[in-house]
Amino acid sequence: MNRFSYARPDTLTAAIQALAHPGARAIAGGTNLIDLMKYSVEVPSQLVDITHLPFAKIELLPDGGLRVGALVKNTDAAYDARIGESYPLLADAILSGASPQLRNAATTGGNLLQRTRCYYFYDTATPCNKRQPGSGCSAIGGTNRVHAILGTSADCIATHPSDMCVALAALEAVVQVSGPEGDRSILFSDFHRLPGAEPDKDTSLQPGEIITSVDLPAQHFSSNYTYLKLRDRASYAFALVSIAVALEMEGATIKAARIALGGVAHKPWRVPAAEEALAGQTPGSEVFGKAADLMLAGAQGQPGNRFKIALARKAIVRALKQAANGTPQHATDKQIQ
Amino acid sequence: MSASATTGLHTGQPRSRVDGHAKVTGAAKYAAEFTASGLLHGVVVSSPIAKGRITKLDITAAMAVPGVVEVFTHQNRMRTAWRNAKFQDEVAPPGAPFRALYDDKIVYSGQPIALVVAETFELARYVATLVHAEYDIEAPSTDLRAVRGSAYVPSKKRSGINPPPKPRGDAPGVLADSQIRVDAEYYQPAEYHNPMEPHASTVIWEGGGKITVHDKTQGVGNTQAYITNVFGLKKDDVHVVAPYMGGGFGSGLRPQYQLYLTVLATLQLERSVRVVLTRDQMFTFGHRPETIQTVSFSARQDGTVTAIRHEAIAETSTFEDYQEVVVNWTGLTTSCENVELDYKLVQLDRYTPADMRAPGAPTGQFAFESALDEMSYKLGIDPIELRLRNYAETDENQGLPHTSKALRDAYRLGAEKFGWAGRNPQPRSTCEGHELVGWGTATGAWDAQMQKTSASATLTPDGKLTVATASADIGTGTYTILTQLAADALGLSMEAVTTKLGDTDLPFSPLEGGSWTAASAGSAVQAACCKVRSALLGFAQEMPSSPFKDVTLDQVDFKEGRLVLRNNPGIGVAYGDIMQASGLEQIHMEESAARDPAVQKTHASYTHSAVFAEVRVDEELGTVRVTRIVNAICAGRILNPKTARSQIIGGVVFGIGMALHEEALDDSKIGRFMNHNFAEYHIPVNADIQDIEVIFVDEPDDMTSPIGVKGLGEIGICGTAAAIANAVYHATGRRVRDLPITIDKLL
Ligand SMILES: Cc1cc2nc3c(=O)[nH]c(=O)nc-3n(C[C@H](O)[C@H](O)[C@H](O)COP(=O)(O)OP(=O)(O)OC[C@H]3O[C@@H](n4cnc5c(N)ncnc54)[C@H](O)[C@@H]3O)c2cc1C
Ligand code: SF4
Repeated sequence: MNRFSYARPDTLTAAIQALAHPGARAIAGGTNLIDLMKYSVEVPSQLVDITHLPFAKIELLPDGGLRVGALVKNTDAAYDARIGESYPLLADAILSGASPQLRNAATTGGNLLQRTRCYYFYDTATPCNKRQPGSGCSAIGGTNRVHAILGTSADCIATHPSDMCVALAALEAVVQVSGPEGDRSILFSDFHRLPGAEPDKDTSLQPGEIITSVDLPAQHFSSNYTYLKLRDRASYAFALVSIAVALEMEGATIKAARIALGGVAHKPWRVPAAEEALAGQTPGSEVFGKAADLMLAGAQGQPGNRFKIALARKAIVRALKQAANGTPQHATDKQIQ
Repeated sequence: MSASATTGLHTGQPRSRVDGHAKVTGAAKYAAEFTASGLLHGVVVSSPIAKGRITKLDITAAMAVPGVVEVFTHQNRMRTAWRNAKFQDEVAPPGAPFRALYDDKIVYSGQPIALVVAETFELARYVATLVHAEYDIEAPSTDLRAVRGSAYVPSKKRSGINPPPKPRGDAPGVLADSQIRVDAEYYQPAEYHNPMEPHASTVIWEGGGKITVHDKTQGVGNTQAYITNVFGLKKDDVHVVAPYMGGGFGSGLRPQYQLYLTVLATLQLERSVRVVLTRDQMFTFGHRPETIQTVSFSARQDGTVTAIRHEAIAETSTFEDYQEVVVNWTGLTTSCENVELDYKLVQLDRYTPADMRAPGAPTGQFAFESALDEMSYKLGIDPIELRLRNYAETDENQGLPHTSKALRDAYRLGAEKFGWAGRNPQPRSTCEGHELVGWGTATGAWDAQMQKTSASATLTPDGKLTVATASADIGTGTYTILTQLAADALGLSMEAVTTKLGDTDLPFSPLEGGSWTAASAGSAVQAACCKVRSALLGFAQEMPSSPFKDVTLDQVDFKEGRLVLRNNPGIGVAYGDIMQASGLEQIHMEESAARDPAVQKTHASYTHSAVFAEVRVDEELGTVRVTRIVNAICAGRILNPKTARSQIIGGVVFGIGMALHEEALDDSKIGRFMNHNFAEYHIPVNADIQDIEVIFVDEPDDMTSPIGVKGLGEIGICGTAAAIANAVYHATGRRVRDLPITIDKLL
C-alpha cells in the first residue's frame, strides 16, 4: 500500500475540488478500494472520503420513481420497504451479493464502480491491460474460469462483477453524477463500457465526477421478476452467470420484458432483440429458448469458461420461467426454483 | 494403567471447551498478538516469477525511507547453517529444505526475495513496494498432466510414511483375464490449508543472545530445534511459546519461512521483530499435492474383488521428495489376494507440498471408493453390501491383525441412521422438482497412532492441579480433554485443573499432528496424575494413625479432592491435609507414555468411518447441494463427545470443500496459482452446509494407547468426498472423477 493524503469534505463542491487533485480517488465503503490499495493495484495520492456528503437517503421522485443516494449502504437499500415493495428485483440482486458484513459497508455508488475480479487484475506480478495499459492480457490463454463470453476484446476479457448492477440495468436506472463541468444524467446502459482497446476504462464517468444517486424509474415490475445467480458455492461468491428478469404480464401474455445478464461481460448485458422477441408471447420453453439464444448471440468462450455459454442459456430459460410463474429466486433459497 | 482408571465424572462426557471463554474474549493470544517494547515489523516481498534468477535487487529507494531499519535479501543476510540436514525439521521429507533468501535462484512463484523491517507495519508494507527486483526468467513446469511421464519412485522414503506394500499375488495377470473390471483415472487438484489465522512469528529479543519465539506452530519443540540448528543457538537461548493456534490442518507442522525470516531479523538487528504473512502469501508454501490416480480392479459376479491396481502420481517440488500415503488405503480396506499399489512423484516448480488434514487418505479414498461404487452398479450389488463382501478382517498390507476394527458396526449404524435401506438402487431414480436426489457411501480410514510424550502434574495443598506438556491445541480441544482426564484421575472438578500447553519449558511432546495428540498427551497426563496418586497414598500412609497403612492403590479412590477407602468412603483425608502433614508445598510428578512397542510389531491400528451422503443436483444448471451427511466413526474411546463431534463436523466440511469447491487454479504459463485469496479460492460457507450427523461407534481398544483413544482429527474428512461423488452419480448417472465437482462438470 502506498502513502496517500486524506480529505473528508462536507459539501459536494468541496469534494469535487478535492477530487481534482491528480491521483485523487473517492472512497465510500472502501470494501473494494482498500483491497485494491493493499494489492498496489490502486495507488491514489489522495483519498477523498465522501461519506459525509448528503447522499445517504432514499427519496421518492415526483414521477413515482425512487432516488437511491450514492451513499446508501447496500444493506439499507436491500431492506428498504419502498424498494422491497416496488423493486424487489433490486433487493434480491443486492442480497445475492457479497456477505452481510460487506453489504453493511458497501454503498450504491461504490457498487457501480467496483472493479473486475479477474485474478490477474489483482495480481501485480502479472501483465494486465486493465491495470497497466499495453502490458498485455494474461487471462487470454491463462486462467479464465470467471471471465467474459460476450463483448470481449483482444485486449481484455474481464467481467463486471456486480449483482446489483444487473438488476439496475434491467430496471433501466439512471445514474446522476456531478463534476467540475456540472451535473449530468447517464442512462444505465451507457454507464459501464465494453473493454475495446481501452480496458482500463470501466465506465463513462469522467475524471473528477461523483455519483450522487441512482434513480429508479416509476415502472417497476414488482410481480414478475427474478434474480437468478449461479456460482461456485451457495453464497459469498461472485456470479459465474446471473440473470435479472423483469416481465410485464397481461393475463397470460408477456407485454414487455427486460433481461440483463451478469458475470458474462464487461457490463450488465442487455439485448433489445431478445426482449422484443418475448413481447406479445405466451410463456413457454420454446419462446424462452429463443430469447436465450438471442441474448447469447455472438458469445465466445475461452478454454476455461466455455461452459458459461451453455450454462447461461439454461439459466436464462429457468429465470424466465421463474419470472413468468411469479416464483422469484430469493437470495436465501438454497434450492433453485 | 488401564483405561478404566480414568472413567469418572468428566471423561467421556460432553464438556465445553475450557479455553472457549479466553478465545471469544480475545484473552487467548496468538503468535501475532504478542508484543514487546520497540517491536519492529517485517513484511515479506514475494517473487512474481516461478523459475529463474534475480539479476538485480535494488533496495536503495526502500532504505532511503525514514523509519526503515533494514531490508534483508540474499545479499546481506547473516550466515546460517550450511548443511541441509540442519534445516530438516521433525517431519521434513527427504531432500534439501527450502531456505529463504538463500541465493539468487528462484524455485517457485511467491518465493520470498526480501524482508523489509520497519518501525511500523504500515511503513514496512509501503516500503515493500519500493524493493526493485529484476529477473532472468526461465519457463516453469507446473502442468502435472503434461509432465506425468517423468514420474519416479522416490529414492529415499520419508520417515513415518509407509511406501506402498510389495505387490501381493498377481494383479496384472488376474486383471488381464477378468471380464468384470473398472478402469478409471482420477484427479485431485492442489488445495491449501487456509487456517483462519495467517502464519506469523513474533520473536522477542531478550538480550544476551536469548530470544523468545511466538510462532504459529503445531509443535514448539520442532520450532525450537529448527532455530537452534539453523542459527547455531543453544536450546537454553530459544524459548518457544505458542499456547494457541487459529487452525493448522498441517500447515503448522513444518517451520514456515516467516519463522526463519523473523528469527534472522531479530538476531541480526538485536531487536524484537514480528512478521505476519498476508492471506495471499498463505498460498506460497505447502499445500495438498495435485495428484493423478489410475485404478483398475476386477471382481467376480458375486462381488468378490479379485485384483486391484492403484497408482498415484503426485507433485513434489524440485528440492524435496514430499510423500504421503495415498494408495495403501486401498489394500487396507479391501480384502484382496492380488494387489499392486504404486506411488510416484513428479517434480514441479512449486513449493514442496505439505501434510494437509489426513494427508493422502481422502485423495486415495476418493479414487478407490469411487471405483468400488462404479463396480457396485456393474454388479448390481448394493455399495455397502459390496464393501461387506470384501471386508478386510486384517491389515493385509502388513499382514497384521487390527487392535480393533468396528467398521461393520459403522456400516450398520450409519445405514440405519441414514435410512439407506430405502435407497432405490437405480441412478436417476429420485427427482424432486428440478432436483435429482442421490445417495452415496464410502469408507474412510486413517492411522491410529501414539507418540512418546511426557507430561507433568503438580498438585498444591489448595487442591488445585496443573498438568502440562509441550504439545499444542490447534483448535481441536486438547486443553479440554486433558483437563477432563486430569480432573478424573485425581477426583477434582474441571475448574480445579489448569492445563498448560505450547511451551518448550514444559515436558517434551512431539508435533501435534496425525491425530495422535489425544492418545499421546492424554496418556502422558494420565500417567503423571497416576504418579501423583501413588505419592498421595504414600504420604497418607506416613500420617500418624493413618487408616491407609496397609492399603494398596486399588483399595482407594480419589474423590472430591480426598483420598478415601474404596470400601469405606466415609474414611478419607483431603489432599491438602496429606501435604500439610508431610510439610509439602506441592507434589510435582513427571511421566512419559508411549505405545507398547510389542503391540506395534504385532498389531495394526486404524480409525475407520462409514460416510453416507445425500446430494441434490439441479441437473439443468449443474448445481450440487449436499443436504445430508451421516458419518459413523470408529475411533476407539471418545473422551469428549462434544469436542469430538466438532472435529468430525469440521472434517466433513473439509470433505465437502474437497468434493465441491477447493482448487488452486494454476496458470502453468507462469507457474502461479492465480486464485490466491478467499474471494476466489472457495471453501464451503455456511450456506453450503446442511445436516451433518456424527455417530461414534463403540470400539473398545486397549492396545492403541493406554487410555483407549485412537484419535479423531483426520478421520472426518476421509471418504467424505468419495461419498459425495458417489451420491452425485446415483443422482445423475454421471461419474465425475475430477475434483472439485463444479457446475461445468455436470452441465
Ligand atoms: C470478498 C468480496 C466478495 C464480494 N462479493 C460480491 C458479490 O457477490 N456481488 C457483488 O455485487 N459484489 C460483491 N462484492 C463487491 C462489493 O459489492 C463492492 O466492493 C462494494 O459494492 C463497493 O462499494 P464501496 O462503497 O465499498 O466502494 P469503495 O471501495 O469505497 O469504492 C469503489 C470504487 O468506487 C469509487 N466510488 C465510490 N463511491 C463513489 C461515488 N459516489 N462517486 C464516484 N466514485 C465513487 C471509489 O473511488 C472506488 O474506485 C464483494 C466484495 C468482496 C470484498
Ligand atoms: S481480462 Fe482484462 S483485467 Fe483480466 S488480465 Fe486481461 S486485461 Fe487484465
